[in-house]
Amino acid sequence: MLLQRFLIRLLTMLVTLFGVAVVVFVVIRVAPGDPIAMMLPPGATDADIARLRALYGLDKTIVQQFFIWLSGVVRGDFGTSISLRQDVLGLVFNRLPATLELAIVALVMAVAMGGTTAILGARERGTAVEAGIDIASGAALSIPDFLWGLVLILLFGVLVPIFDISGRVSPQLDLPFVTQFYLAESILRLRFDLTWDLLKHMLMPAVALALPLAAIISQLLKQSLKEVLDLDYVVLARVKGFSETQVILREALKNAALPTLTLIGVQFTFLIGGTVIVERLFSYEGLGNMAIDAVINRDLPLIQGIVLVFALLFVLINLTVDMMYALLNPRLRHG
Amino acid sequence: MDEARAPRRGVSPRLWLAGGWLLLALLAAIFAPLVAPQDPLAQDLMLERLPPFWMSGAEPGYWLGTDSLGRDLLSRLIFGGRIAFVVAFAAAIAACVVGSTLGLISGYFGGWADRIISRIVDVWMAFPPVLFAILLVAVLGTGLSSVIIAIAVIDWTRFCRVIRAETMGQSRMDYVENARIAGYGRIGIMLREVLPNVVPSIVALLSLEMGIAVIVEAILSFVNLSISTDDPTWGGIIAEGRLSIHQAWWVLVFPLITLILTVLSFSQFGEALKTRFDPVLR
Amino acid sequence: MSACLDIRDLSAVLPNGQRVLRSVSLCVQPGEVRALVGESGAGKTMIGKAVLGVLPSSVRIVEGDMMLEGEDLGRLQPKARRTLIGARTALIPQDPLTALNPSRRIGSQMTDRLVRILGWSGERADTRIRQLLDEVQIRDPDRVLKSYPHELSGGMRQRVLIAAAFAAEPRLIVADEPTTALDVTVQKQILRLIVQLQREHGTAILFVTHDLGVVAKISQKVSVLYAGKVVEEAETAALFASPQHPYTRALMAATPRYTDPFASLKPVDEAVLAGLATEIAAADQAWRRPHG
Repeated sequence: MLLQRFLIRLLTMLVTLFGVAVVVFVVIRVAPGDPIAMMLPPGATDADIARLRALYGLDKTIVQQFFIWLSGVVRGDFGTSISLRQDVLGLVFNRLPATLELAIVALVMAVAMGGTTAILGARERGTAVEAGIDIASGAALSIPDFLWGLVLILLFGVLVPIFDISGRVSPQLDLPFVTQFYLAESILRLRFDLTWDLLKHMLMPAVALALPLAAIISQLLKQSLKEVLDLDYVVLARVKGFSETQVILREALKNAALPTLTLIGVQFTFLIGGTVIVERLFSYEGLGNMAIDAVINRDLPLIQGIVLVFALLFVLINLTVDMMYALLNPRLRHG
Repeated sequence: MDEARAPRRGVSPRLWLAGGWLLLALLAAIFAPLVAPQDPLAQDLMLERLPPFWMSGAEPGYWLGTDSLGRDLLSRLIFGGRIAFVVAFAAAIAACVVGSTLGLISGYFGGWADRIISRIVDVWMAFPPVLFAILLVAVLGTGLSSVIIAIAVIDWTRFCRVIRAETMGQSRMDYVENARIAGYGRIGIMLREVLPNVVPSIVALLSLEMGIAVIVEAILSFVNLSISTDDPTWGGIIAEGRLSIHQAWWVLVFPLITLILTVLSFSQFGEALKTRFDPVLR
Repeated sequence: MSACLDIRDLSAVLPNGQRVLRSVSLCVQPGEVRALVGESGAGKTMIGKAVLGVLPSSVRIVEGDMMLEGEDLGRLQPKARRTLIGARTALIPQDPLTALNPSRRIGSQMTDRLVRILGWSGERADTRIRQLLDEVQIRDPDRVLKSYPHELSGGMRQRVLIAAAFAAEPRLIVADEPTTALDVTVQKQILRLIVQLQREHGTAILFVTHDLGVVAKISQKVSVLYAGKVVEEAETAALFASPQHPYTRALMAATPRYTDPFASLKPVDEAVLAGLATEIAAADQAWRRPHG
């Protein structure tokens, strides 16, 4: 049953990705303005333009162009960036790790913040503590990541300058890294001085991304915890002599976490979507920042590549969450 | 059983606060030429980076200070509100009409219509929304209508998903069954019986969406892709503020406060309206 | 020798001031089965929850003492009280479907009190649990211990819960309508098991039920409750022979004899209820005067 579920999801995922490819291709081709003309010096002849158009395949019909591009994509060839004159896939893979590290740090923070406040709020239900948590999560939820980023820049970049407000790592540092996963590699190499420098750059954008998600996790988890805490098996656990915290952690959390888990999937894709502008805000050298540059430079192959990689990431996350849900739910697991 | 917990009937204070701020900002934007103390575009290098009124070195008439080109911040905020509100209303209504219609059709008729619409929503959800909006504006060219279209195009799915789920729930209710037995047509039932019950959700979403539209517009002008560069926009002021953050913090702080208040007000206003119009909660 | 459970003048209120328990006094001797009988809403479950310290947060105890084997529960610190209740009491819940955590295996749910609260070794807890499963006539303990709750039938789940309740040799078990949620055929088996284990282990039971037929079979003494008030307390045999209070008589008249399935079902006589309501209203007024 699990395998069947997985295969159906996989198929849906491919259909979705194909849809994304079509939409982005169509949207970009509708664009007025010729990217080729922008690439060439003013004195270029029509022959030059035609040659370059042929080189980038822009002289064929849209349908032809689409299938040429798609067959390349399937083989792992995303084309060449017009503005950077490099292989798109190489550029994307060069930037993706920075974005992934940022998103994962933000996710971990969101789960930690949301989970703790939910458990605390459920334990102290009906008190001023719970009311305070409700107000805080309401505010964190209503204000989007872009504004949180600006608030953090003002607070910890200007008012109390303890964090760096731009870049991924201090430029004067000598980096020994061979991969682009700087944070992970700095930990593996035990270069904690570099880990700290990376975190000092990453913390504020990560918090900005994490706050709205933390609020959603907190609200939903607290709600389902409170529902579960009224159930008989929880009452029985209290009779057995377990403290309220133990009851929440041992009996309630796992069952209450299931609905939250599904939600985290969708919300994590929103968080990754948010990296685009948050990276821009903090001049963080990730995929999103590059994407905005690509749009401004009308770099079609690069935009297509980046959007498709984001879409792939999104559907993979949804697939993972769906499978985790099935695995964690004993009723689904055993049929 | 617990009387203190019974829903309150009157207008809640949060509705007053949120509505009050929105009304104030809206009126200021409408009557901007009358209210604004200065010309928002007038540059004066003698007056650059003046601090707000309570600090030393402030000039009378420039209440919130000036930016690096000597333009009055308060006037720019007031004029920026014009674009913010036009975009908020137009984009949210466009997204609402498209999304709610498709959501109603998808939820009420089910079958193939539902499958196709749901698949399109899936595809849309696989786009990073901000990047999609930036891409659309780049493609359509900067300008007010491009911004409105871009926001409507990326955000109709929010309405579609919620309204579809609610419509599906409503369609299973007995009164819909009764209307069908009574011989009403499907579209008639959809509009007469189902639609009124999902209106509270639509209203709440609409208000929420206006807040989101304001933010997306700010983001677009932050990356310099919104309206022509001359008109003051909240996002544009923020972009300037971000650059001169160490020299003139107020250029960032005041538009930020304006945006936060506006976004909070829109979402609170929507929530309050929903509670007020929801026939079950009321 | 002190009583197993001694409740004196226990009153509890809802946030709106309505009393849900009205000066309830109750004394259960060691090894005694005490039935608490009444209609739904009479507060019988509330008494059990008050003893176990798991009242809903909206219900507040305003006066009265509860002594568990001579220890005053109201005087103990919350943590000490929890440990004491955990060690000396147990609960057989009403609905075996919702009383087991759906995401944990039966085995860990049965042993967790023994290991984590009472500090037994895992091995000792396992041996003990298997012994109890044998007593409740579960013949394939390996399978049951490894199962998740949804893989067992309602009767099996209730056996598991009974076994778990007796595992730590508690002095007092609160059985909260333990057969109500079960099929009629299973009800008798479960009732027989509880009686059997109670006799072998000598445990006192506070048996909450609305079913006078069950009361006759299982208990030595009965407390009849109406609107949070004990209206009559007697030896079971004496109660059935000569009920003293009009409400008890009305309740009996409304209960079909289980020997005669064709006897007509009658509601409790309304005149009796009206008389009780006046009596209680007067008592409440008298109670409120000194309590503001």
